[in-house]
Amino acid sequence: MSQINRLPSGARIDSSVAVKFTFNGKQLQGVAGDTLASALLANGVNVVGRSFKYSRPRGIVGHGAEEPNAIMQIGSGAGTVPNLKATQVELYEGLEAASVNGWPSVNFDLMSITGWFGRLMPPGFYYKTFMYPAKLWMTYEHFIRKAAGLGSSPVQDDPDSYDKLNQHCDLLVVGAGPAGLMAAREAARAGARVIIADEQSEFGGSLLASTQRIDGRSATGWVEEIVAELNAFANVQTLPRSTVFGYYDHNFLGILQRRTDHLVLRAAAGARQRLHRVRAKQVILATGAFERPLVFAHNDIPGVMQASSVSTYINRYGVAPGNRLLVFTTNDNAYQTAIDWHRTGRTVVAVIDSRAAPEGQLVAAARQLGIQIMAGHGVIEAQGGKRVKRALVAPLSADGSEITGAVQRLGCDLIACSGGWSPAIHLSSHTGAKPTWDQNIHGFRPGESKQQERSVGACGGSYALSACLAEGAAAGAEMAHLTGHGDGILHFPVPEAEEVQEQPQQALFLVPHTKATSRAPSQFVDMQLDVSASGIELAVREGFESVEHIKRYTAMGFGTDQGKLGNINGMAILANALGQSIQETGTTIFRPSYTPTTFGAIAGRDVGDLFDPERYTAMHRWHQDQGAEFEDVGQWKRPWYFPQSGESMLEAVNRECLAVRNSVGILDASTLGKIDIQGPDAAEFITRMYTNSYLKLAPGKCRYGVMLKEDGMIFDDGVCACIADNHYLMFTTTGGAAGVLAWLELWQQTEWPHLQVYFTSVTDHWATATISGPNARKVLAKVCDDIDLANNAFEFMDWRDGTVAGVDARVFRISFTGELTYEINVPAHYGRHIWEALIAAGEEFGITPYGTETMHVLRAEKGFIIVGQDTDGSMTPADMNMDWVVGKNKSFSFIGKRSLQRSDSVRENRKQLVGLKTVDGTQVLPEGAQVVFDPQQVIPMSMQGHVTSSYYSANMGHSIALAVVKGGHSRLGQIVHCPLADGRTIAAEIVSSVFYDSKGERQNVQ
Amino acid sequence: MLLIHCPYCREDREEEEFSYGGEAHIVRPLEPEALSDQEWGDYLFFRKNPRGIHHEMWYHQTGCRRYFYATRNTVSYEILETYMVGEKPQISAAEAGQ
Amino acid sequence: MKKYSGFSLFKNALSYHENWQKLWRSPKPKSDYDVIVVGGGGHGLATAYYLASVHGITNIAVIEKGYLGGGNTARNTTIIRSNYLWDEAAQLYELSLKLWEGLSQELNYNVMFSQRGVLNLGHNLQDMRDIERRVNANRLNGIDGEVVTPERIKQIAPLINISRDCRYPILGASWQPRGGTARHDAVAWGYARGADALGVDLIQETEVTGIRRKNGAVVGVETTQGFIGARKVACVTAGNSGVVAAMAGLRLPVESRPLQALVSEPVKPCLDTVVMSNAVHGYISQSDKGDLVIGAGVDGYNGYGQRGSFHVIEHTLQAICELFPAFSRVRMNRQWGGVVDTCPDACPIISKTSVDGLYFNCGWGTGGFKATPGSGYVFADTVANDHPHPLAAAFTVDRFNSGALIDEHGAAGVAH
Repeated sequence: MSQINRLPSGARIDSSVAVKFTFNGKQLQGVAGDTLASALLANGVNVVGRSFKYSRPRGIVGHGAEEPNAIMQIGSGAGTVPNLKATQVELYEGLEAASVNGWPSVNFDLMSITGWFGRLMPPGFYYKTFMYPAKLWMTYEHFIRKAAGLGSSPVQDDPDSYDKLNQHCDLLVVGAGPAGLMAAREAARAGARVIIADEQSEFGGSLLASTQRIDGRSATGWVEEIVAELNAFANVQTLPRSTVFGYYDHNFLGILQRRTDHLVLRAAAGARQRLHRVRAKQVILATGAFERPLVFAHNDIPGVMQASSVSTYINRYGVAPGNRLLVFTTNDNAYQTAIDWHRTGRTVVAVIDSRAAPEGQLVAAARQLGIQIMAGHGVIEAQGGKRVKRALVAPLSADGSEITGAVQRLGCDLIACSGGWSPAIHLSSHTGAKPTWDQNIHGFRPGESKQQERSVGACGGSYALSACLAEGAAAGAEMAHLTGHGDGILHFPVPEAEEVQEQPQQALFLVPHTKATSRAPSQFVDMQLDVSASGIELAVREGFESVEHIKRYTAMGFGTDQGKLGNINGMAILANALGQSIQETGTTIFRPSYTPTTFGAIAGRDVGDLFDPERYTAMHRWHQDQGAEFEDVGQWKRPWYFPQSGESMLEAVNRECLAVRNSVGILDASTLGKIDIQGPDAAEFITRMYTNSYLKLAPGKCRYGVMLKEDGMIFDDGVCACIADNHYLMFTTTGGAAGVLAWLELWQQTEWPHLQVYFTSVTDHWATATISGPNARKVLAKVCDDIDLANNAFEFMDWRDGTVAGVDARVFRISFTGELTYEINVPAHYGRHIWEALIAAGEEFGITPYGTETMHVLRAEKGFIIVGQDTDGSMTPADMNMDWVVGKNKSFSFIGKRSLQRSDSVRENRKQLVGLKTVDGTQVLPEGAQVVFDPQQVIPMSMQGHVTSSYYSANMGHSIALAVVKGGHSRLGQIVHCPLADGRTIAAEIVSSVFYDSKGERQNVQ
Repeated sequence: MLLIHCPYCREDREEEEFSYGGEAHIVRPLEPEALSDQEWGDYLFFRKNPRGIHHEMWYHQTGCRRYFYATRNTVSYEILETYMVGEKPQISAAEAGQ
Repeated sequence: MKKYSGFSLFKNALSYHENWQKLWRSPKPKSDYDVIVVGGGGHGLATAYYLASVHGITNIAVIEKGYLGGGNTARNTTIIRSNYLWDEAAQLYELSLKLWEGLSQELNYNVMFSQRGVLNLGHNLQDMRDIERRVNANRLNGIDGEVVTPERIKQIAPLINISRDCRYPILGASWQPRGGTARHDAVAWGYARGADALGVDLIQETEVTGIRRKNGAVVGVETTQGFIGARKVACVTAGNSGVVAAMAGLRLPVESRPLQALVSEPVKPCLDTVVMSNAVHGYISQSDKGDLVIGAGVDGYNGYGQRGSFHVIEHTLQAICELFPAFSRVRMNRQWGGVVDTCPDACPIISKTSVDGLYFNCGWGTGGFKATPGSGYVFADTVANDHPHPLAAAFTVDRFNSGALIDEHGAAGVAH
């Protein structure tokens, strides 16, 4: 196939540069400057896809974001992209395009059910059927689903990356047509920082296809000059190929810039697309308008196009998409299309004008060229299969609602339609501004501004080129002034554009047919979703009145074009059916995205390794070198266990556990949250936050505390040390650190600002090596000679400053394993040094690195809880058998205290922490197993609690578990049962939660 | 995404730097033990949740780490003022015409 | 009410669909009703339907300030499941799920309830403990569920990334095969049609502006169409519960938050189940039209604007691209927000109030859609008998005084 529709020249193409591409596997050729759509039209391609519901053949209708039909799968493999509109795809060498529907091909589609069968599928038909028998629905749905979707998602990982740029500006101009360009220039001249973005490959908007002259020059020539001028400003950023897709609160807008899509499928280097996150002081919306299609029978046959699009293809791309043109219009504008077509030397069959007596300047020009004009007529039906063959034309009543005479058949292969224009109010609509119907322009204008923005030019309802230029310039100057630049007054002449005298358009939202709407061939309103006028009327007949109901029942406007073409006609047809005005009927709300926006670009760089920061301790590399397995705890990577070659996890953990109990182990405890607390009221403050008192804690001493939320439930726990008078160091759980800090700040700043106390997060300042086991002191003594480590000199729950392996260190004698334990804190960058020094010192004792799993087993043997594992936000200290940590005589009612006396907090059968010992000690209960008293009951069973922690204890020689059980503290010795998903039921005895060394003597190593 | 003026930093900063603290000016009862369960429950859980002008707390979490107050319209999301702890709002629902 | 079926569709096609009956009437309000339901969303319509069909109370008006089903019913992501942790919540949601299973036939309206299963992913050891606990509890409550391995997850959702070499690898999931999705609008329309057929007056475009009381008892509501008398008033106004409560001088432990969602352009079927992740924080399913339907958590602040903040959308899509790296090149077609009334324990309030004859059903937070049938059922029972339905008994507003909260933050962690 050759480019049969290519004209000798077009304003923005270079015919000398051929570009090869494939469409549905067929090799075709376009030229530089083409879009995929213009190249397909140049090649005479009629059918580009099949419709979603009825599989009707569809051709290209528009030339931009409004295109409903030409939806393409571009590329293949990992780089493929579904659902691109051919009108927005710039052609590049080797581009592969494929239709998204139609099997086996778009030209011969077995799914096609045009005609009678389509009638069985009116809007909402699926709500009315496929219900019986009930069990077959999933089968029905299986087949319904087969028809779902347009293009295909890639199945491989995205090979590309995406950038983000945070931007601030005085003025963001959206759209670089005549109004936008003028606005940007005026604001720039006043000194404002301006960003101007446009979705097209080059600036100019409608001017790129215009035959009008500005200041005596061609429109494209004028555009080139002003763009060059904008590019020369240091305070202007020009962003072509950049779609402003969403307008959010406080003048935040998102711009998607396509950096490489016009070159190749996959970015060769750098990011494929870039998301600009813009905070603008002021915004000028110059987004233009969409030509409104005309709704007549079978207006979806390939060859029915938008008049402005036909002109665009001729003037901009040098493509005449057909041979015999029929123009159907309600306004003067489309006469330009007839004139443009006439100039190509191809036939203009006639201009069908619904108005009785059109007499504008363009009408006269067309008449002068000898173009036949049929006033007071309408195209009531298009005929043809895969291409328009003829139009049925009939005289219409003055208001366009009735056919008043005989129907004629006019042969043609292209029908260019214009029903007037609809302002592109989408972005203003995103802000919540409620559009208002304007009877003069027969369109919705942007509503009252909710943000710092203004709509100018066609998107504000001003269509004349001279008005666009003037409004843009004035708005640019004024908005610049609002941001502190210039005086708001125009200092430069506005370019002069030829004024075209026009007559008013006619409102014609549904062209009548000889048959009633319900019986006429489908008159399509929303082509992508096959919504027809009869469908809208049916919805009204069925009782739907709200425009939102109609949208939802018929799916009108839900497509990937978001109803840019169809919505206004649909709303008008609805208003007519309801017998009310369009203003009363209202419009649906436009939502972001203006055009579809790549997920990956919205996600940006924060995926993969950068999805969430990984936090490592200073000893991390050592752990890696030892082959540690890691556990995610919050953002931290913590060693989980250290398997030696060939060891299973259980074997490794058993070995580590025995090592700690029998000699000495070493744990990286750097991740615990640490908050430095200072100030004269520090002790008072801490005492208010914890359940116990710190008022009498002396320097050198530590205390374990539990923190509650005000609802009385355990929130965090840890040791708090008194460093000096008015100076404390609070340890938090690894995951809870940030939350605890915010919690402390909240109370101090908002409730007790008179308390002088200051908090600093020092978690990352310290590295912590914890050595635990009967030989811990011997190990420490080898590397520390300035702390008296004697049992009675450095007691349990004391801390000391000293030097460990030559490094200033703070050593805590606290214990989470029950063994003699020293937690050695050093400045973080000495972490690895101290760790290796301790490993070397401990070698003779077989010092064994252990991870979180062993830590968990050892603490469970001791019945120590882990907040967040043994508690779940519904546990009080009493539930955890930790009444001892609740100060009974504190003068201040600490946070959460009052809630401990609520009726539910003192209820008898609360879930309480107990130990569980399986009757068969080799069986390890799964964590999360539910506890019942009577395993014989029928489902639903009465559940009495659940297992929170469970391990095999190598030290005990049997399994151990912690559980919360209703009234558990008074049920010691009772047998409970855990029915499991695999069918087993494990019996266990309720025992004390302390399995090992219940007197706490192990850490008293002399 | 809101743009929030931190009264301590004296700068407009992005919402991502802040976290929300809920209704402002809820004073902790001085004698919690003297309250009934219902009065205590009221303090714990019951909020004004107005449609319109709302005095609320924000925490400049990744900035100055200060809590402060904002008067914000919960429908338009417009922030009418922000002010420091210890200060009173200049704008109330009544003054804003609600 | 004329019955819908394949046959009726065929018959009406013969007459060019010109003779379909209206789904509901558009009546003028009467001066007086036995029960006024305030709020014509899914829950309100279901309440009216069950009051009429189960309790024989048909002198009912549903008063809706906008259009039927136009609030959160129209804005949610249609996920249905009952795998909640605590007995009280699980049993309520399971009642709802059972009602879903026969709803299309009950209403003679295809709500397209698709039992394509729900996966709740676990990404760390504590996630997996919580999943085990929840699944075990579900099973003993008679709710289907199992804990599945990454390999099984991959079979169910082939495009998911189960590599161990990613930031938060998938360690496993809970799998509820009976969960799934439904066509949200159809639920409201089906209940509305069913209620209308039983004589319920559906009054649209009419806003309740006051709740009139006399001697501590409700006597009716003020509306934009004037006063309408009623012996009982049942408020089901998600997103505005606090505002309506204030009309009766009541306060609720509820905060209204924006909840956002988004859809992709339609793509060919590539995800046949619902996938949710608390830790990575997002969830996704694919509609019968082909849209990927995506959401995450509520926005950080109180808001009635039906809009949220863009960074929440960014985080949500980061999560989705993490779970499904292939979807990175798919594009977002539309995003929107609803307003959810959140309770401190992420569970609803279904309750009588201190005003005689005034009832509230609110605070469903992010979990309301799936509860629609069950919520309507137990609320209708509570209103009809002036006594909490056994499954509603735990959900009184009193629990915020006693402390008997039902903390479902875990099960409800990511909005749905």
